[in-house]
Amino acid sequence: MFSRDNWSEIIEALTANWFRTVLTAFGVLWGIFILVILLAAGKGLENGVKKDFGGMATNSMFMWAQTPSKPYKGLPKGRRYNFKTSDVAAIKQNVPDLRYVSPRNQLGGFGGANNVVRGLKTGAFNVYGDYPEVIMQEPMDITSGRFINYSDIKDKRKVAIIGEGVRKDMYEPGEEVIGSYIKINGVNFMVIGTYKKKGNNNGNAEEAQKQIFVPFTAFSQAFNMGETVGWMAITANDGSSITELKSQVFDIIKSNHSIHPEDDRAIGNFDLYQEFSKINGLFVALKAVAYFVGILVLLSGIIGISNIMLIVVKERTNEIGIRRALGATPWAIRGQILMESIFLTIISGMAGIALATGIIALINYQLQGMDTSEMMFSNPSVDLGVVITALTILIISGLLAGLIPAQNAIKIQPVDALRTE
Amino acid sequence: MIEIKDLHKSYKMGSNSIHVLKGINFSVAEGELVAIMGSSGSGKSTLLNILGMLDEADQGSYTLDGLAIKNLNEKIAARYRNKFLGFVFQSFNLINYKSALDNVALPLYYQGVKRGERIDIAMSYLEKVGLANWASHLPNELSGGQKQRVAIARALASNPKVLLADEPTGALDTKTSYEVMDLIQGINDEGRTILVVTHEHDIAQMTKRIVNLKDGLIIDDTRVNQVRALSNV
Repeated sequence: MFSRDNWSEIIEALTANWFRTVLTAFGVLWGIFILVILLAAGKGLENGVKKDFGGMATNSMFMWAQTPSKPYKGLPKGRRYNFKTSDVAAIKQNVPDLRYVSPRNQLGGFGGANNVVRGLKTGAFNVYGDYPEVIMQEPMDITSGRFINYSDIKDKRKVAIIGEGVRKDMYEPGEEVIGSYIKINGVNFMVIGTYKKKGNNNGNAEEAQKQIFVPFTAFSQAFNMGETVGWMAITANDGSSITELKSQVFDIIKSNHSIHPEDDRAIGNFDLYQEFSKINGLFVALKAVAYFVGILVLLSGIIGISNIMLIVVKERTNEIGIRRALGATPWAIRGQILMESIFLTIISGMAGIALATGIIALINYQLQGMDTSEMMFSNPSVDLGVVITALTILIISGLLAGLIPAQNAIKIQPVDALRTE
Repeated sequence: MIEIKDLHKSYKMGSNSIHVLKGINFSVAEGELVAIMGSSGSGKSTLLNILGMLDEADQGSYTLDGLAIKNLNEKIAARYRNKFLGFVFQSFNLINYKSALDNVALPLYYQGVKRGERIDIAMSYLEKVGLANWASHLPNELSGGQKQRVAIARALASNPKVLLADEPTGALDTKTSYEVMDLIQGINDEGRTILVVTHEHDIAQMTKRIVNLKDGLIIDDTRVNQVRALSNV
């Protein structure tokens, strides 16, 4: 079937009318071009938006204590309560599918008063008391020194990791940071590391670099937090979703703190996974639209090929008649028409894919030179799977395009064909 | 070589059917050169089409070299045509985007002969019809007589049992006609069975036997003294 003779037959037939062949091929080229470009653009948008998550563990949620809205067990509504360190242990013990449960305390806040002093310099920064796992949930690059470890937690060491933004505000350029001391709310902490955060932290990239991390236990002791836990960052194992597990977590908190089981307002939470799923759903829809539009455009190209093949068969009625008189079997004729159609489709499809990827490469080359951190678009690309899908679509559609003309071709009786002249 | 008994064929034209062949009995021995004559509408082309397995009879039997030809599906008909028959048409029917050599090689292609071998065989037949120097020419670069000679070479390429020629000289002037007939006579001299459909008396006289058809019946079947084409050129 794939002999040299077959190919030369196909090439001869297709090159017999160059201009028409090229025009026909253009229909399919255009269709596949649109399909690939749409998919790549969708991917670019997706990459751009997901970049905002900055590699954060997306199967996570944050939760904090609010005020109960229902009286329960003799306790009034509207009272204040706090999470305790014992809650952390209880959650870890009772919900086995969680990977990390990180309690956190916080000092300062957006637009807060100055709370950090070093020599003559002062500044207002967010100060967090954290466990070492937090770096897995909120990724950051340690640019010098190290992050908190469990010895720090155990010994309640007063050490701090500061952001590059803090270092810029509190230190002279080039000044040694590691080993120096900063005073947070009047308590001295030794700086043991600096970090730089990825992502733009909900459009607040500047603020993300102006944070200070200290061991949770040291924080509690230094700032008189006792057993109090301000909030928690909880990450589920890869197989399970935090959205499904969070009600279990809430139940533990509710029973520990005598909160009405149906009181949904007592615990505030931000479910990153849910947000992420919403965005994911958007991109699935976007991809579906791209496929829909692309395939429809491709379809019109395919119809063009089918149309031309019909004309070709009509034109070659005489030739097909001769071939059959000389001993061509119906399958030989059908095969030839089908091969011509598939060949034409694939060649023009390949050209379309090549053109589209060329343009994507050009766009990528242009984007490389720009600062894309503020853009909702980055690295538009198509993966091999898409290309293979496109090729499969092409082969099938080439087959479909050739089917009717091929069937027409074998309907031609040699007698009729030879009589037409 | 060819045995035909009580052959009937009718065509439907709208509501009425036309009875074209009304019981043909006819046999051809090996090595004969037969002319089938008749005015238009006498059924001579229909007879040739049935002989060529391009069409099927409604009734009657057809035996080719001891092989009963009936109830053929397209695939088998194609194989028989390829193996047993060579066609020469009035309008040459060469494939116009293929060179003379490729045209001649086409029946061999459908036999599954390998390319190199195919080209060799085709070339030898082109030499035989005296067109070796025109092997790479396209049909539209050849004269009418040359085209018909290429067509004859093509018909011979698969080494068929019978050569069927439908008005082989119909589109040619007298001189070229005789040249072509000379070629056909030469091939017949080598022992090949040939049937020629024609309505030209001078061409018919160059065969060995004339079969006259009228209104779907054979009215006359006589052997003639063959006139050699070469003496008329």
